[in-house]
Amino acid sequence: MATATPTTSGAPTPAHATAIRLRGVTKTFGRGESAVTALRGIDLDIPAGELTMLVGPSGCGKTTLISILAGLLSRDGGDLAVFGTDLATLRRDRLAAWRRDNVGFIFQQFNLVPQLSVSENVSVPLVLKGESVGAAVRRADELLATLGLEGRGKSSPLKLSGGQQQRVAIARALIHDPRLLVCDEPTSALDAELGRRVMELIRGRSTRPDRAVVVVTHDDRIFHLADTIAHVNDGRIDQLTRRTSEPPTAGSHR
Amino acid sequence: MWRFAIKMLFGDSAKFYGILLGLGFASLLIAQQASIFVGLMSRTFAFIGEVGHVDLWVFDPTQSYVDEPKPLRATALERVRGVTGVEWAAPLYKGLLVATLPDGSRQVCDVIGIDDDTLAGGPAEIVAGSLADLRQPDAVMVEVGSSQQQLRFPEALPPGAVPAPGQSFDPKGPKRPVEVGDIIELNERRARVVGLVKCAETFVAAPTVYTVYSRAITYAPPSRRVMSAVLVTAVEGQDPDALAERIRAETGLAALKPHDYSMRTLGYWMSETGIPINFGIAIALGFFVGVAIAGQMFYNFTLDNLRYFGAFKAMGASTWKLLGMVALQALVAGVLGLGLGLGAVSAFGLNAAGGKLAFKMLWQIPLIAAGAVLVICILASVLSMWKVIRLDPADVFKSS
Repeated sequence: MATATPTTSGAPTPAHATAIRLRGVTKTFGRGESAVTALRGIDLDIPAGELTMLVGPSGCGKTTLISILAGLLSRDGGDLAVFGTDLATLRRDRLAAWRRDNVGFIFQQFNLVPQLSVSENVSVPLVLKGESVGAAVRRADELLATLGLEGRGKSSPLKLSGGQQQRVAIARALIHDPRLLVCDEPTSALDAELGRRVMELIRGRSTRPDRAVVVVTHDDRIFHLADTIAHVNDGRIDQLTRRTSEPPTAGSHR
Repeated sequence: MWRFAIKMLFGDSAKFYGILLGLGFASLLIAQQASIFVGLMSRTFAFIGEVGHVDLWVFDPTQSYVDEPKPLRATALERVRGVTGVEWAAPLYKGLLVATLPDGSRQVCDVIGIDDDTLAGGPAEIVAGSLADLRQPDAVMVEVGSSQQQLRFPEALPPGAVPAPGQSFDPKGPKRPVEVGDIIELNERRARVVGLVKCAETFVAAPTVYTVYSRAITYAPPSRRVMSAVLVTAVEGQDPDALAERIRAETGLAALKPHDYSMRTLGYWMSETGIPINFGIAIALGFFVGVAIAGQMFYNFTLDNLRYFGAFKAMGASTWKLLGMVALQALVAGVLGLGLGLGAVSAFGLNAAGGKLAFKMLWQIPLIAAGAVLVICILASVLSMWKVIRLDPADVFKSS
């Protein structure tokens, strides 16, 4: 039996407290004349228990921003705390372990491994945490059943429709109950109805206290599901829209 | 994740079989060519082993290999017998002579003349007749393989019969194997087949014909030097190395133990011919084919899976974990490819056993092939691993 790896989760976060705090975060790719500045000083508070969308034109810095707050990319300047952890203080291996324990990813291209079964794809985060493949696959099957994919666990992902693949990707992102769910264009490959159902699934599963969801999207059909919409433009957040009448969470925007 | 790594490898069947074939073909080529090389080289000194148990071979010091006899004077035998520590010494004749068959066709034969008294140096396996029959007048024994291939008699001539005066046979007519009782001519002298023997395949392709020494030298062209070697057995308790040294000192002849003489013969063929280079090229070719096919296939396999490795990395898999997955995939492909190749070589060897094809798979050869496949896998996986190390997990957010 595999031994569970110690987690790197921080302390519980109260609902609507700040899950992710960014202050003056900058990022530049390349050097000299070929340098491209992707983020020009981002100030943003992402509340716990809410769904935050990052919207904006292509190349505005949305993907760089989620890569940084998910611990995939290092920032050049500014401060960042995710559930109280400054990711810059973690070494590469600790950062990988932090992602493993705290972050669920839904990729635009799904990135389901075609050689693995649906259940095995979903079980990957648990296996990475040290759970045995058998136990992880059983849990994956249970989760898939709740997502309407009962009995599809042994199938190849290639035999599923786009919507079913997206649900498998969601199951993979949720199976280890991550504190932060990062979604990159989760509805871009889906029709309106399926997109709505997928977003409701994401929202229903992860907008719980001490959890946070960040969604990068161009899809204005789902904007109404967001608690907060951060408009990113040219490496800055130039507008922050709250769904409720409450004022935006502390932490200004530019 | 190891199980997933294996499933990823097996799941991409086109590339998996490509990698397997590449590695299998490389190990096949390496092991098969090496085995043929060893088999061929073993034949260069096979006659030394065929002669049986003697402690020393004494021969002309300028002689490089066993099939290049440089005849000694007849007095050499007595001089060797006179050295202290020699229990017995027997003469040996070995030379290529022309045999004439009843249909007029001629065939070069490797004639071996063994000691009349002891019959030491005779063949290990007798198929028909007995070794003592060699003491009969004009008696020779013929290698059974050549009796069916090179020394073939006209079918119209019954076994043991002598052609009638004026009777002739068509050299291209139907043939039968030589049998006991048949008469051939060796260097225009009568030789009667009294037995058939089985010999180890040697480097000389000519049929082997055994007779006694005194008769062999009558078949050989007249010369003062006809003796090819002296076979020596040491008295009990005598160190063969010391005896060899004594024979060298007292006679001026070369004296070597059978193993040393075999190595001297092998050394000649290794250093003075292009055989090792030719086989070396074939073996190197197998290695490079393996690198080119399997290496490229494996690299492409990793490239195809890079986005999934990227996803794993994003999800928290350490770089070491991913490198382990790549190494495991390379190892599994290597072991299976090696097994495939060695299995094919073994089947080839079994099929070739007992035939004319030189094939000898020493236990070191599979190890060499395994080492070569390991190097191929390392080369292939290092390139793949480099891609995985350089993989930026943030790339998973790039649409492709």
